[in-house]
Amino acid sequence: MSLMTLLSYAIDLVAVLLLALGIKGLSKVRTARSANGLAALAIGLAVLGLLIQTQPSLEAWLWIAIGTAVGGLLGVITAQRVPMTAMPETVALFNGCGGLASLLVAVAVALYGGAQAESGVTSTDLVEQISIVISVFVGAITFSGSIVAMGKLQGWIPTPGWTQSQVRHGVNITLAVAALVGALTLPADTTGSSLWVLVAASSLLGIGVTLPIGGADMPVVISLLNSYSGVAAAAAGFVVGSQLLIVAGAMVGAAGLILTQVMCTAMNRSLVNVLFGGALGGAAPVGGGGSEAGYTRITSCSPEECAMALETAERVVFVPGYGLAVAQAQHALRELSKMLEANGTEVSYAIHPVAGRMPGHMNVLLAEADVPYEQLIEMDAINPEFPRTDVVIVLGANDVVNPDAKRDPSSPLYGMPVLEVDQARQVFVVKRSLGAGYAGISNALFELPQTAMVFGDAKAVLNGLLSELRELGVGKVKAAA
Amino acid sequence: MSFLSEALWVLLLGSLLGLELIGKVPPTLHTPLMSGANAISGITVVASLTLIAQANGNRPLLVLGALSLGLALFNVVGGFLVTDRMLAMFRTGANRAKGGAQ
Repeated sequence: MSLMTLLSYAIDLVAVLLLALGIKGLSKVRTARSANGLAALAIGLAVLGLLIQTQPSLEAWLWIAIGTAVGGLLGVITAQRVPMTAMPETVALFNGCGGLASLLVAVAVALYGGAQAESGVTSTDLVEQISIVISVFVGAITFSGSIVAMGKLQGWIPTPGWTQSQVRHGVNITLAVAALVGALTLPADTTGSSLWVLVAASSLLGIGVTLPIGGADMPVVISLLNSYSGVAAAAAGFVVGSQLLIVAGAMVGAAGLILTQVMCTAMNRSLVNVLFGGALGGAAPVGGGGSEAGYTRITSCSPEECAMALETAERVVFVPGYGLAVAQAQHALRELSKMLEANGTEVSYAIHPVAGRMPGHMNVLLAEADVPYEQLIEMDAINPEFPRTDVVIVLGANDVVNPDAKRDPSSPLYGMPVLEVDQARQVFVVKRSLGAGYAGISNALFELPQTAMVFGDAKAVLNGLLSELRELGVGKVKAAA
Repeated sequence: MSFLSEALWVLLLGSLLGLELIGKVPPTLHTPLMSGANAISGITVVASLTLIAQANGNRPLLVLGALSLGLALFNVVGGFLVTDRMLAMFRTGANRAKGGAQ
């Protein structure tokens, strides 16, 4: 064993240690950012260790340079350009590419052999075949599933009707069987068609299982697919004989699974329900058929009336939702709350665990608008405060403030923890229309006597409120003093 | 079979470690953690590099290796940078709050 080999082993071990510390640190606010750097350093070390160990030829270096330049550059550009509102899609895209990479490695080894023979690994042929099958299968599902998830979040891909019927289970089972046939015939196959059957069936299966899932559950799906890409990486580790890859892949796979579970709990859904239940509300009948026809006692009001209520309020709570993010209104909201604070009003923001489109998404968006961290209050802390709150303004949130989740056992949302805004003295709901939320069901909050709807785009309404408040002279006296 | 049995032990212990690493996660961090874990799963760059390094001049292997290297690096680089961008916002948000609270 040469010194170089020893060195590369040591580097590998340090890399694994740093990865573990990185994942652990990422789950605490204080350490998250440095932990992210630590994990990045770990990947760098892993690559360095491998290069020391394998000592690539000049030709290999050339190809490494090409891959690095293209992938690295695109990664940097994407990471800088993408808006904060599009984070979920971006993670899905990255994840899909990671899955595709594992898939390609396995396909390359299956088609052209190579890596195993050279590395002096003593694994049997069957083990290699099994690893290839798993890597292809999981990699393909990760890839196609992530791309579908991205498309659905971007609104490019609708949810086709047949995916909500039982037909989809038949289709998916057929695809799974096809993939299994491809996998079983792979070792004996000389024509190479088994491999392609496996690739095609697994990819289609990834589409088939992701397509029926509604937009509201997509974050959970992305988290699960993220866990899969760890499994795919571990399988690729078996294929090329890298223990580092196996341990890192297994770690990410398992941690991803836990995160998925944590997210499911936050949304009060079971994982099985998310995966096989179809789009939430798709099967449950919506009251009155059309989503708008269900409402009978709606009060709407103008920004002017809303501003007057705000002027006299002592305590105001904003409930930001995805509509706020879409309208890019977080800065206008920050301005409004500054004005109210100058007027002596106590302002806070109620953050539902799944506000926005991903858990924690809203915190990121509000932090971008310089909202003080202390004003963001989580659901459990703010719910007891609502009864002594004068005005609640709901901005583009819907399902997370639906009181039916507490009261109506027949509601598909029943049991989901919600923000109890109906306890407040007055509620204004800023919404573009009476359309249903992600869950596709009507919201009893809108019909309560203390609720008034302010129709319009969140940013336009907030700007309207700002100018109304300025006219009323709110905040001016104190600001000048 | 020594590689296989070692590898299976590594798989088992790695999975157990992963299950223990994160327990309670504040909802604030769900998105960054997911994004960070996603970047780490791009560790499959190691597989791509192995493929290239051991291709021995086999052109299709080199091409496929470079392709998968590019994809995996896209995942790694983009993933870490995006996570950092998100987490950086938390920090400035908290710092500004401290600065503004006096």
